[in-house]
Order: sequence, then C-alpha cells, then structure tokens
Amino acid sequence: MSDSYPASEAEIAARAKALESLLVEKGLVGTDAIDRVAGAYESDIGPMLGARVVARAWSDPGFKEQLLEDASAACAQLDIGGMQGEHMVAVENSEQVHNVVVCTLCSCYPWPVLGLPPNWYKYPQYRSRAVMEPRKVLKEEFGLDVDESVDIRVWDSSAEIRYLVLPERPEGTEGMSEEELASLVTRDSMIGVGKPRTPEE
Amino acid sequence: MNGVHDLGGMHGLGRVSVEGDEPVFHNPWEKVVFGTMLATMGQGMYNLDEFRHGIEVMGPAHYLTSSYYEHWLETLEKNLIEKGVIDRDELDARTQEFLKDPDSPVPQREDPELADSLSQLVRAGASTRREVSAKPQFEAGDRVRTRNVHPRGHTRLPQYVRDKQGVVERVYDAFVLPDANAHGEGENPQYVYGIRFDAEEVWGDSAEPREVVYVDLWESYLEPL
Repeated sequence: MSDSYPASEAEIAARAKALESLLVEKGLVGTDAIDRVAGAYESDIGPMLGARVVARAWSDPGFKEQLLEDASAACAQLDIGGMQGEHMVAVENSEQVHNVVVCTLCSCYPWPVLGLPPNWYKYPQYRSRAVMEPRKVLKEEFGLDVDESVDIRVWDSSAEIRYLVLPERPEGTEGMSEEELASLVTRDSMIGVGKPRTPEE
Repeated sequence: MNGVHDLGGMHGLGRVSVEGDEPVFHNPWEKVVFGTMLATMGQGMYNLDEFRHGIEVMGPAHYLTSSYYEHWLETLEKNLIEKGVIDRDELDARTQEFLKDPDSPVPQREDPELADSLSQLVRAGASTRREVSAKPQFEAGDRVRTRNVHPRGHTRLPQYVRDKQGVVERVYDAFVLPDANAHGEGENPQYVYGIRFDAEEVWGDSAEPREVVYVDLWESYLEPL
C-alpha cells in the first residue's frame, strides 16, 4: 500500500511486479496462469460475444424470449458465460423504453458478454452522473439523443446481477444473416449509451 | 461505509472521457494486476467483498486521483498482507528493487494445473447464490422503504437510495450478504430484490422526466411499507 500519492507510473509498475514475483517465489501462482487468464480477456472474451447474443435474439424470437426470461441460460446455449455473468438479466430497448447500465459503487459489468469495462465506465464521472441525469449524459457525453417521449430506465448493478441491454434492431436489416447483424452490434449499444450501427454506417 | 466510492448523484466530477479504440489493458502492469487478482481470489485467498472493501477504505483523495487498476493493486496488497500471504516489509523491499532496476524480470514459474483450473473458473464463474430455507419476505409489486442506515463497514446499499420508497420489481434468489462476508462474519445469505425507484423520489426537483432507477438490494436493506 502506498503512503504517498499520486504514485508514479514507475512505482505502480514496480509494485505490481514485486507482488507477482513474491507470489511466484512462494509457489502460489504461476506466471503462465496469470498470462493466460488475463490474456483471455484480450483475445477471447469481449463484446463480440454479446454481439452474437443480440444478433441471435434479433433473428430468433424463441431465443429472444429465453434471453429476456433467463439471460445466463440463453447465453449458455451459445457457449457464452462465466465469471461476472453468473446471473445475467437482459433488458430490452423499444420505441417507448431506453435502458442504460451503470455501477455507482464500483464497476460491475457483464464480463462474459462484454469483456472488461472501458475506463469511462469505471471512472467517477459516469458513475456519479448516469443515475441522476441519464438523459443529459447520453446526449452530451455519448451523442445519443433519447426522445423526450421515451422512458429511461437506469440499472445500477449494485448486487451480483449483471445487466445486458438488448438494443433495437436497426431498420433496413431484413434478410441479413446473424453474422452480418452481429457486426452492427456495438459494445456501447449493449451498455445503453449508444445505438447499433445501421447497414449504411 | 459512506465513502467516496459511493458516487451516485455526486456533483462536480466533470465530463465523461471516452477513449476511442481503447485497449483492454493500457500497459503490462494492468494485465499483471488483473491476472493476479484472478489467481489469488480464484484460490480463495480472500473473497470478492473483502476485495471491494479494500478499495473503499482508500483515502478519498487517493481514490479519486488514482487509476482503476491502482485501486486493484491497493486492495490486493492490503488483503494479501492481512491474510498473511505476503509480508509488508518484503513487498516494500522487492518494490524498491524493481524501482531501481525496472527491467529486471519476474521469475518465471509454470503451473499448468493452476492455469487450467483458473481458466475453468473464468468459464464456470463463481456464483454467490445460495440456497436458503426461508421464503422471501417480499414479492413483486410490494412497496418498500430502504433503511436509513450508515454502516461503517462494507455495504451495497448506495447512499442515494437510503430512506427512499420503491417497489419490488423482481425477486431474485438469495445471495451472500456483502456486509457480513467482507468482515469475516460468514455468508449470511439473503434474498436480493430488484427495486424500482421513481427519479422524483430519489432526486426530488432535480429529477429528469420519465426516469426510473433500478437498484438490486438485499432483504435486510428493506422494510415493508
């Protein structure tokens, strides 16, 4: 634990290496284990998995129903799931409702479908404001203008339930394959701070 | 605790800074910190609630001026020292060595068995849902009031929704109670409820129109109305 701050980047890097090296020397961790589990979130686990889930829900009404009923079970059918997504809930956007997710206490986030959160999700600005002035935050910070006739539902993930926004399927996507649809689904649209891309974008 | 981590509704923190094409880890040490958390919590050296509380007890100025993974490093060090896994002095001494010689390598040790079991853990998750014999005290549609409490320890009842009226939207299963589990007081599992709050109830005249806030709360945070 540091006694003074802000700590320099060099000091933090040294502390992280010191911690890892002591644990390695004590035989408590393997460097390969640390590399492999952290590396999984760089390559294998990220928003492309959530995009598959959303694209399936857009294409298959039965799957969508299951997703809204029990998101973790539905995702498991696509072999998607795991840590920080043990109990996922999907919330659906519509013409009347816009959902947006935040964690005011820390940075809870559905890792199995979105990977690790971006910095803005973890830092105080978004966490303090999203619950109090969501419409303003969406418009001013993310360029998302939610019509005043639309209800905004903010989900503060304060317990162990993790929320995934099911965005509205863009117009002009009739006949597209699941793979093509998945390419339109952005991370931000599954947090609720953006919309999916349109085929023209 | 009424700490600075409990950010909902706080003013003056500025604009949201969105980084385009953001990498998962911004530098190698962040990746080490993340992997070390999985490898140590994954082996049960401390629990998730102790991990979160270790961040909350950082000084408020330090919390607000340090990066996310620095928070993680703080709580990793704190928890591993408190549990006796490592010693403060040896950690400080080793840190000084790496500061003097930043390119000095970390000793390599392969542990394929641990790597496999951690990969399995990432895949399977670590649910804190528990079976309890009691029935839920509340059902969907019930009106409730959150308690006006200010515990000095860990809690997941945010300040902005204390002493507020809401409606039970969803009844979830029972989960380990963070308030107990963060302090070595056992798991004390309780039902969790998704509570719907009208923005006017929470923010008064400052509320935006047509907003509702959903917060997931443990049973002991609630009282019937």
